[in-house]
Amino acid sequence: MAAAEDRVDPIHQFHINDLFDLGTFGGMKFAFTNSALFMFVAVGLVFALLYFGSSSRSMVPGRLQSVAEELYSFIRNLVHQTLGEEGMAFFPFIFSLFAFVLFTNFLGLIPYFFTVTSQLVITGALAVFIILMVVVVGFAKNGVGFLSLFVPHGVPGALLPFISLIEIISFLARPVSLSLRLFGNMLAGHIVLKVFAGFIVGLAGLGIGGWIGAIGPLLMTVAITALEFLVAALQAFVFAVLTCVYLKDALHPHH
Amino acid sequence: MANTTETHGEAAAAAEGAAQPADAGHATTATTEAGHGAEAHGAFPPFDLTTFPSQLLWLTIAFGLLYMLMSRVALPRVGKIIDDRNNRISGDLAEANRLKGESEAASAAYEQALAEARRNAAAIGQKARDEAKADADAERARAEAEVSAKVVQSEKAIAASKAKAMADVGGIAVDAAEGIVKSLVGGAVSKADIEKAVKAALTR
Repeated sequence: MAAAEDRVDPIHQFHINDLFDLGTFGGMKFAFTNSALFMFVAVGLVFALLYFGSSSRSMVPGRLQSVAEELYSFIRNLVHQTLGEEGMAFFPFIFSLFAFVLFTNFLGLIPYFFTVTSQLVITGALAVFIILMVVVVGFAKNGVGFLSLFVPHGVPGALLPFISLIEIISFLARPVSLSLRLFGNMLAGHIVLKVFAGFIVGLAGLGIGGWIGAIGPLLMTVAITALEFLVAALQAFVFAVLTCVYLKDALHPHH
Repeated sequence: MANTTETHGEAAAAAEGAAQPADAGHATTATTEAGHGAEAHGAFPPFDLTTFPSQLLWLTIAFGLLYMLMSRVALPRVGKIIDDRNNRISGDLAEANRLKGESEAASAAYEQALAEARRNAAAIGQKARDEAKADADAERARAEAEVSAKVVQSEKAIAASKAKAMADVGGIAVDAAEGIVKSLVGGAVSKADIEKAVKAALTR
């Protein structure tokens, strides 16, 4: 209701709108939201890229096939380098994660599109899932030996409880930093973009002097848009890399 | 509805400092946040707990679907193309290596054949030379023998001629002496005397 009158409200873009209601179950309201819509758009785009990129199966790849193959090889090499051959079981997961974050980030850069990764619950859920997976995989692969992750080698006995405590805290901080990093980057970037874009509208409404004054914010908006493209790709990469690094701890807890 | 808005309401209530949890479930969130001049849901959207169940539900479905599609369909397809290409490249490289080895073997065989041919040619040449030399030697020996035989024969003939000539010298000398004596002395001197005298002169 407030949205209509508030066109340059930088927070408005993060609103979850119910596209159609599914009702309330167990006291929780469920609905198909704009957030869900863009999740599926991202999933559809990723699948379309890989599916149609691999439909010609040509020896010398075309454009779409090159993109699909590069994406595949990029993540495959990343997983292979950090996790080794035994970690290739996680390749589909890491790939899905990277592709999901990358495509939702990029989709969010299109005007009027919703940025799924600007929702803390999304990034938080992904991060918590990753850490739970690390713990489960760690115990499954190493048994109690997984706990040696918190006991670094070569630490004097007196310092050990202290160091272990720090290690445990740093481990528990991982999902927090993982989710907040992505969430914060996307949220802040979009707010800044919207604020500068709002300046243009505001100044342009003031007449000819305002038009000239609006050039500055316009240039900033263009520059920040470019920066946001970098951030969108970079954050997706960072998310995937850190997931690999955490999974490496699960596979090889000994420092 | 009631549960979620209550939890959300608690957050709002904590911020407000309001002590009416009964009302919190109803409409307080909307009204209090309207005081901030903000939004329909009230809180800063990413922290709006009422949206969390929907988002988590759809995230699970969407990400699960993505994972299924990637791991079952898309990634094997792309991976197969890349593997096929790598196999093709390594196969082609192996084939190229094999052909290279073959050509090297052929080249070595050629070199060997060439060396053998050279060796044979040298042997044949040597043999021909030896034969020619032997022929020439034989020819020369035969010619030399012939020549020396002729020399011997000639020497014999010369010796015979010489002996004959020497034998004739006496007769000539007798005739010459007879003539000289006839013209000088006149008269006839017996041939036997002259012969005797010449023989005596010759033997002296």
